[in-house]
Amino acid sequence: MRSENKLTCDVAIIGAGPAGIAAACRAAEAGRTVVVLDEGLGPGGQIWRPKLGGLQPKIARRWIERLHATRAVIRESTSVYDSARDASGEFVLRAESAGSALSVRASKVILATGARERFLPFPGWTLPNVVGIGGAQALLKTGMDVSGRRVVIAGSGPLLLPVAASLASAGAKLSLVAEQAPSAKVRRFATSLWRRPRTLVQAATLRSAFLRTRYAMGTWVTSASGDEAVRSVTVTNGQTSQALECDLLCVAFGLVPNLQIARLIGCEVVNGVVKVNAEQETTVANMYCAGEPTGVGGVDLALVEGEIAGIAAVGLSIPQGLAAMRTAFERDMKALDVAFALRPEVTALAQPDTIVCRCEDVRLRDFNPAWTSRQAKLYTRAGMGPCQARICGAALECMMGWSPDSVRPPVEPARLDAFLSDHQVTSTAS
Amino acid sequence: MTLRRFDIMVNGKPVSVRSGSTVAAALLSADQSTFRQSVAGELRGPVCGMGICYECRVTINDVAQQRACLRVVESGMRVETGAAGA
Repeated sequence: MRSENKLTCDVAIIGAGPAGIAAACRAAEAGRTVVVLDEGLGPGGQIWRPKLGGLQPKIARRWIERLHATRAVIRESTSVYDSARDASGEFVLRAESAGSALSVRASKVILATGARERFLPFPGWTLPNVVGIGGAQALLKTGMDVSGRRVVIAGSGPLLLPVAASLASAGAKLSLVAEQAPSAKVRRFATSLWRRPRTLVQAATLRSAFLRTRYAMGTWVTSASGDEAVRSVTVTNGQTSQALECDLLCVAFGLVPNLQIARLIGCEVVNGVVKVNAEQETTVANMYCAGEPTGVGGVDLALVEGEIAGIAAVGLSIPQGLAAMRTAFERDMKALDVAFALRPEVTALAQPDTIVCRCEDVRLRDFNPAWTSRQAKLYTRAGMGPCQARICGAALECMMGWSPDSVRPPVEPARLDAFLSDHQVTSTAS
Repeated sequence: MTLRRFDIMVNGKPVSVRSGSTVAAALLSADQSTFRQSVAGELRGPVCGMGICYECRVTINDVAQQRACLRVVESGMRVETGAAGA
C-alpha cells in the first residue's frame, strides 16, 4: 500500500472504452510505449461490458484482441485523480491503482474518459431501487436478478431500447418504456437512419424483445413513491397522468461527457464538450481527446476519433478515409441531439423539498437562483461530496444554468495513503 | 457457462450470491435495497452502477466507504450496509 509504482511512456491513455482502445492500438502499433489506465475490471468501457458469464460483442472482442496483441500496458481498476505538467513539459498522471498509488509520466496524453448518465431530480428519485437506465444495464450485466420484478423505464435517448430489451429478456415484468422526446422528433430521427439500415434492423430487433410492453413517446416521469424502496411511479404526457406500481424504476436523461481531467489540465471546453482540432488535439499541446468528451456520439464515432488521436499522437498523418468517417458519424450525432433534446418540463420536476445534491442532501429550496455555481457550492456544500458534482452538477446546469466551477485535484476520492506516498517525495526534498 | 453460487456475510447473515457478480448486484438480487443512509438519514441504494454516484458505499471486510458496484464478490467476504437495524 505504501509503495508507489511509477511508469514512463510515450503515450498515456485515460480510459479503455472504444476510443481508448482504438487510440492505444494505433499508438502502440506505431512502436510507441503506451500505458492505458482504466477504472473498470477489464477493457471495453461501459458499452462493451460483458454480461456475467457471457462474452463481449464481436466487434469488442476484435478490438480487445488487437489491443492485447500490442505491447501496450493496461492498468485496470485505476482511477486518475490528478494530472499536472513537470518543468520539462511532460505530463504526470497520479492515480489510485487497485489500492496503491501509481504515477505515470508521458509525453502525450489521450483523454478517452467516456460519458456518464444525466440524472434530473424529481420527487422520490433518491429512493432505493430508482436507478439509471445505463445503471440498470450495468447492474444487470454484473449479476442483478430482475426476474419477476415490475420495472418501468422513463427517460430519454437511444439507450432505452437496448436496456428495455435486456431487462425483458432477463425476465423482468416491464410495464412501460417512456421516452420524453415527442414522437414526431423520434420518428424523424428514425427516418433519417435510412442511410444506416443496420441500425434500423438493430432497433427493430430490440423492440421485438419487449413487444408486449407499451413504448410511449412524449411521456415522462413526474414522481416516485415508496417507503424503504420505490413502490410506485407517476408518469405524464402533459395532459393525463398515470400511476404504475414498480419494484425497479430506471430513469436517466441521456449522457454527459466526463470532463474532470480535461478541465483540470486546462483544456478549453465549449458548450459542454472538449474543443479539439482535426487531429483530436485539445487546446493544451500534446493532450488529445477522443470519444464522448468531444461530443456524445456513440461507439462508431468514438472508435474513429480514438484511431485518429492515436495516429496523431505518434506524429503520423491521418488517413482520409478515417476523417471522412468521422464527418459522417458527426452528422448522426447532431441528429441524435435534435431528436432527444430535453423538454423544459423535465428540468423542472423537482419540488422545493426535493433533494438535488444526493451526497450532501441539499434540497431545491436551499438554492438561490441568483447565485453562481461557486456560491451554491460555498453556501450549501452542493457538489462537494464524494461524487464531486458528477450527479448534481449536470442537473444544476440544466435547472439553473450553472456551468461547473473550476476543477481541483483530487477529482476522485483517493485513499489518504495513496495521496501521502505522492507527497513523501516532496517533503523529503524540502 | 454455469455460474457457481456461494455465501457471503451481509450484516452478519449469510446471503447466497453468484460468483462473478458485483457486491451491488448481489445485494439487490437478495432484496437488500438499502446500502447506506444519507447525511439526513434517508435510505439509499445504487444508482449509476458504474462507480460515479457513490450511493452504493458499504463496508467490505472492515474497510469502509467501498463502492459495491466496483467490487466482485469473494468467498468469505463480509459486507456491512448502513441499513436501519443492521
